Amino acid sequence: MKNRFTWDFLMTRYPAFFPLILLAISIIVNWILQPNMFDRETLNSNMRVFLPLVLVAVGQAVVLIGGGIDISVGGIVSIVNTILATRVGLDGSTELMWRYVLVSILVGLLAGAINGFFIAHLRLQPIITTYATSFLYGGLALFILPNPGGGIPASIAEIYRTTTPLKLPLSFFIIAIILLVWKYISSTRYGKYLFAVGGKADAAYETAVPVTSVQFSIYVISGLMAALAGIAITMLSGSGNAEIGSAITLNSITAVIIGGNSFSGGIGGVTGPVMGAITLSIIQNIISFAHINTWWETLVKATIIVIALAAPGIINLLRRSGP
Amino acid sequence: MRRFHLSPPVAALILAVILFILSGLLPNGFGSNLDIARSQATNIVRLAVFLGVIAAGQTLVIISGFEGIDLSAGSVVTLTAILTYVYVNGQDDKVLAALLISFAVGAIIGLINGIGVTFLKISPFVMTLGMSGVVTGAIIVVNHGNVSGKVAPIMTRIIARPISQAIPIPGAIVIWVIFGVLMWLLLERTTFGKNLFAIGVNRVTATLSGVNVTGMNLATYTLAGALAGFGGFLLVGNTGVVLIQLGQPYLFPSIAAVAVGGTLLSGGKGSYWGSMAGAIVLTLITSLLTTMQMPDSVRRMVLGATLLVLISIYGRQRGLRQ
Repeated sequence: MKNRFTWDFLMTRYPAFFPLILLAISIIVNWILQPNMFDRETLNSNMRVFLPLVLVAVGQAVVLIGGGIDISVGGIVSIVNTILATRVGLDGSTELMWRYVLVSILVGLLAGAINGFFIAHLRLQPIITTYATSFLYGGLALFILPNPGGGIPASIAEIYRTTTPLKLPLSFFIIAIILLVWKYISSTRYGKYLFAVGGKADAAYETAVPVTSVQFSIYVISGLMAALAGIAITMLSGSGNAEIGSAITLNSITAVIIGGNSFSGGIGGVTGPVMGAITLSIIQNIISFAHINTWWETLVKATIIVIALAAPGIINLLRRSGP
Repeated sequence: MRRFHLSPPVAALILAVILFILSGLLPNGFGSNLDIARSQATNIVRLAVFLGVIAAGQTLVIISGFEGIDLSAGSVVTLTAILTYVYVNGQDDKVLAALLISFAVGAIIGLINGIGVTFLKISPFVMTLGMSGVVTGAIIVVNHGNVSGKVAPIMTRIIARPISQAIPIPGAIVIWVIFGVLMWLLLERTTFGKNLFAIGVNRVTATLSGVNVTGMNLATYTLAGALAGFGGFLLVGNTGVVLIQLGQPYLFPSIAAVAVGGTLLSGGKGSYWGSMAGAIVLTLITSLLTTMQMPDSVRRMVLGATLLVLISIYGRQRGLRQ
């Protein structure tokens, strides 16, 4: 009896509890298939690949907690990538790079603000609005860079690829900072507002929560995170491609849900989605290390994801029908 | 004084007509030649049929509320298109069976979606997204990138060609009109339709008034899958060829068509007429952008901006103060 209480308690009180189990399982499977996984070099090269999705998933998590959805993040990632690749160039200076990193962040904030304006102020439906702006942003990225090419200086890309403070991957520190910032934000008045708006916007409005500003802010945050992901992905690949962000949108949403957040808003956190994003990336790793026939890759990956999504529900069903 | 109010389907249709007339003034438009204008209009509606049929299932799941959405529609379309193509293999007598197979396969995938959403409490967005991946994966495994088959002549005859010399309307449009009437009957004149709107507005009150919410949810996703399957059957009858990305380009437009048609994405309110009008508007805009010969990048941006303007006109949710 007591044991049962504990499981339910963990599942309901800690949305990140189940994602942690999934993450642990996927790490173990990956470790078996790739024994040198925890070598400093391998760990760093994995984490720097995972980071862009983690960043976007954090932004997406905030949007989902606030009761919205942002399917334009991939477009923002692409814009940032094409701006950096065309404006800095392969032989650009470091100073130029940092200047355009700043520009990229502003672009991300602006793109998020456009989403926020239409959704919070004009009260349009989030999914269709961000679908429309995903065309705007994706089109703009393609306009900036019609064909893949350009890039950033290799020396700058190296900073992202090889910096390992305290012999740990750079990504660890970035993720740690994000989690600390989130911990702080969720304890502030804004954090309370965010959950209130996501839970029930009407009720929040009645209790004098600035619903419009909060809804506006979540898209700005998402835009900022997408811009940071765009910078990371550019430093990772070192080159420009207007389609680079297209796969990241739906992945980020899946990552957030695997991370234990609810789609209906008002519940969850950022820790779960971070783990969800890493789990999702590790699944991709496992697929490539398990030497699965190329024809089967998509099916196997999708099936694993569906099982991961279904697992909490299946466990709950079994527990309810059990003794 | 009553405020002037235009229902979204009518607004979308008026917009489509205005856009179409304006397109005649383009350098390579139809100008004052009514025959060309008529054939262009027919062609656009014909192309809208496929988006419209695929949007039908989408309309149902979206009306059912609870973040209902079907992201597996695109891959189901591809799957049933390929199945039809391979199974029929140019023989007229197999077409009816292929139609039934398309419905059944779509329904099974829809049922799995429904089970995941209803019993395992997975949000529809990720459940159907996951299923989409599974179905696409299964297609890749089964056909290994190449399929051999052929569309039956009778399918092309019924779907893609005009009904007769005297009436230059393609069969697809006739099918769509009948389909639209059936959808209207389903939504407005049956218990299923009534219950669908009821669960879309509020599941708790629906349960309390005796609606079997679980059954309704399963039925809705199953039906949506079946309709997507039908969409695949129609689509292959028109294109005559299959490819692995056949259905995917229809996925998000089908959601956009539903939204443009005034159906609330939060559920409980909407109509299939709206989705039909939405499908026509979207197809019109896309084909206009194609004829204007702009670069792909500009085309995407114009499409995004047009969509924003469209939903800004009447896709607004009720204000917080009301």
